[in-house]
Amino acid sequence: MAGSFLQAMTTGVLIGSFLRYDMLKRDYRLYPSYPHGVVIHLALGFIAAVIGAVAIPALVEKEFTAVTFLALAATQFREVRNMEREMLQNLDRTNLVPRGPDYIEGIARVFEARNYLVMFAALLVGGVTYWSNIFYGLISGLAALVVTRRLMKGKTIGDIAKVREGKVHFKGPNLFVDNIHFMNLGIDKVRDIYLERALGVIIEPLDDNGRATLANSGQRRAIAHDAAALLGIHKDVDTPEFTPLVRRSLDTGRVGLVIVPLEKDISVLIEAVKRVPVLESALSTPLKTTLGKRAAD
Amino acid sequence: MELEKYILAIITTEPGKVSGGGAPVFISQTKEEQDKIATILARATEGVIHDLENGVYLLVKH
Repeated sequence: MAGSFLQAMTTGVLIGSFLRYDMLKRDYRLYPSYPHGVVIHLALGFIAAVIGAVAIPALVEKEFTAVTFLALAATQFREVRNMEREMLQNLDRTNLVPRGPDYIEGIARVFEARNYLVMFAALLVGGVTYWSNIFYGLISGLAALVVTRRLMKGKTIGDIAKVREGKVHFKGPNLFVDNIHFMNLGIDKVRDIYLERALGVIIEPLDDNGRATLANSGQRRAIAHDAAALLGIHKDVDTPEFTPLVRRSLDTGRVGLVIVPLEKDISVLIEAVKRVPVLESALSTPLKTTLGKRAAD
Repeated sequence: MELEKYILAIITTEPGKVSGGGAPVFISQTKEEQDKIATILARATEGVIHDLENGVYLLVKH
């Protein structure tokens, strides 16, 4: 027996909303959740689910006006990206360690994409329920859950590079981690604080793809931001010399991070750096082309 | 293109090594005085002090 319009819609909406909730939990660290931010996105997810769930049953019942609404509403979700970007950009200005525009763009894009995923899932579940029954509808919902989870699992720095401890030291006034130069620091007191409290890590790309990705300065800012967010930072607005820096060795393509954390714990820092997401805009794959491969050897 | 980094001040114990330019030059007698002036200026302007290793400090806005 085929499911009714009502059954199709309820199943679609419920599963779609649940998917949005499921994805929201997974980006806790990307978007240190304000309770109201969560409410906003659950509400938007619900709307997306309604639009998706209603589409196929409406088409079949020849309710074409309902279908035009789908297209109309979909454009509204473009606003989600603008909303997120604007808010994060405004907050970034007062951030001690800014996320940087690349990271913000990545987060904003993810928020937009997730609403579309919810819409597709609700569409699928609604359609399946309408043509068969709730049981198959739920199964397709489960399949959608598995697929979205896989789609949403981006790469992290740990996948493209090896992260190890580096030695923080000075040559004259110049700050180094191993052999990567960071900056010139004039005052002895500042240098003493660095020697006493700073941590350094070296990120070694596993291949040329990783090297190209780590060269992106937006990606490096994201690393500095996440490290600072997780370990705390010994810095205030009037001490910019303690801003965590990520610099690149031009010879090897290795990348170094120096940070003066509140919690001096190197194993936590290494783990934190490994978990930094690889930004979509930074991801670079020269090895996928023949020319890139030829250049690599 | 907008200029993002610029020299806010120069703090030196060797006046002969600096001349002209847009940034004020603060002349100090000892390294201690130089460090102190540089630190105060850095805190006030939210800049970073760099050492040219010839007795001249730069205060740079990053």
